[in-house]
Amino acid sequence: MDSLSVDHLIGIKDLTTNDIELIFKTADAFKQVINRPIKKVPSLRDITIANLFFENSTRTRLSFELAEKRLSADTVNFSAASSSVKKGETLIDTVNNILSMKVDMVVMRHPNPGAAKFLSERINATVINAGDGTHEHPTQALLDAYSIRERLGEVKGKKVVIVGDILHSRVALSNIFCLQKLGAEVMVCGPTTLVPRYIHELGVKVEHNLQRALEWCDVANMLRIQLERQEIKYFPSLREYSMQYGLNKEILDNLSKEIVVMHPGPINRGVEITSDVADSVQSIILPQVENGVAIRMAAIYLLASKIKRE
Amino acid sequence: MERQVILNSKHFELTINRLCYQLIENHNDFSETVLIGLQPRGINVVTRLKERLEEILQKEVVCGNLDITFYRDDFRRRETPLIPSATNIDFVIENKKVVLIDDVLYTGRTIRAGLDALLAFGRPKKVELLTMIDRRFKRDLPISADYVGKTVDTLISERVSVEWDELEGEDKVVLFTPDANG
Repeated sequence: MDSLSVDHLIGIKDLTTNDIELIFKTADAFKQVINRPIKKVPSLRDITIANLFFENSTRTRLSFELAEKRLSADTVNFSAASSSVKKGETLIDTVNNILSMKVDMVVMRHPNPGAAKFLSERINATVINAGDGTHEHPTQALLDAYSIRERLGEVKGKKVVIVGDILHSRVALSNIFCLQKLGAEVMVCGPTTLVPRYIHELGVKVEHNLQRALEWCDVANMLRIQLERQEIKYFPSLREYSMQYGLNKEILDNLSKEIVVMHPGPINRGVEITSDVADSVQSIILPQVENGVAIRMAAIYLLASKIKRE
Repeated sequence: MERQVILNSKHFELTINRLCYQLIENHNDFSETVLIGLQPRGINVVTRLKERLEEILQKEVVCGNLDITFYRDDFRRRETPLIPSATNIDFVIENKKVVLIDDVLYTGRTIRAGLDALLAFGRPKKVELLTMIDRRFKRDLPISADYVGKTVDTLISERVSVEWDELEGEDKVVLFTPDANG
């Protein structure tokens, strides 16, 4: 039987296509579980997981916590805003203190790229990256690809465009790796200032015109403008961004084919996507959230099975 | 490895027949009863019983299958993760009589996990256990079957395999015994 090729989930870049397919297959089973009257299985009774969020999050933290609880793991939560990090403690010290309390797995979100990898090399626990700065957000990419597979049957051969703030987006990078490993074609679309100059070296198409990008694709993944990461102005105003790169019902209805619309959340309604698009039948934004729990259960389950007790 | 057929295809059919009539004795027309097979190999037993029961009763018998992977007690005591199979129970088991079905009853741990898994679908009125082969004297848990195809006495080193026409080409039960020297 298969097992994952990695001991930590740091980024999609480290995963093999087999790993991704194994996670999907396991997620199928967990999706059944979370639609039962009793949504819980006892698999991880003896595992303790710490959720360390050094950056704000609603969806991801709730999703991880639900996934952990539905696997019967014990969980502890930590958020930087109310912790000793503010008193000057280093990341390693914070985490080692938490590990002294006998924690088997750490789910971490951190504003610095590479934080999860750094941690995984220095501590004796399994690390799951829940987003490290502008680097990767592997579980989001997995659930995005899983949702495409659910809606369109398969990911292979599909054309996916990622629209918006590519420069600051860990979701974009993880999505590019994940979709390419599964055999999809990827395009990024956004204003020149928000598309990294050498992104084409990853083998993705680059387009600056939203209309052309949408005509090309089967799936459009609309990203949020990450104002919190922008120290300088990358475009004149949100209104102008919205006029050029915002997706509305009119554009969608005028396309020659029906495309699937995704969004990793949180949505800025009226900026990158209008309400009527977000709530339309072409949107799979809410199924994405549901799949998020199943995917995270699968990832945690498969990684936990690699933890060996002495 | 020495192979010994302990149930040939003729006896196999007789056994399936007998189990069906035993079930009918206790469950009449099956209006309150459902059969649930445990993944992976219990499914074959269910398929065969369902076929025969429907022939005898001339009505549909409700069947499902249950995957117990997430309820096992040996998770992480193995080298590789346990990969789940599908669960397929699209009916209500609340207040139904459930017959759990597996091919070989050995330590009883699978059935223990099956009982746990079943509870996630509701509270059955009664649960019974049917098994094609009962390897008695090797139980780790206080579990016994209500309907048994054949009881066999085996050593821990031996292995019993229930084989199916549709999978292995012939209906039979085989006992594998390791050679004396190895």
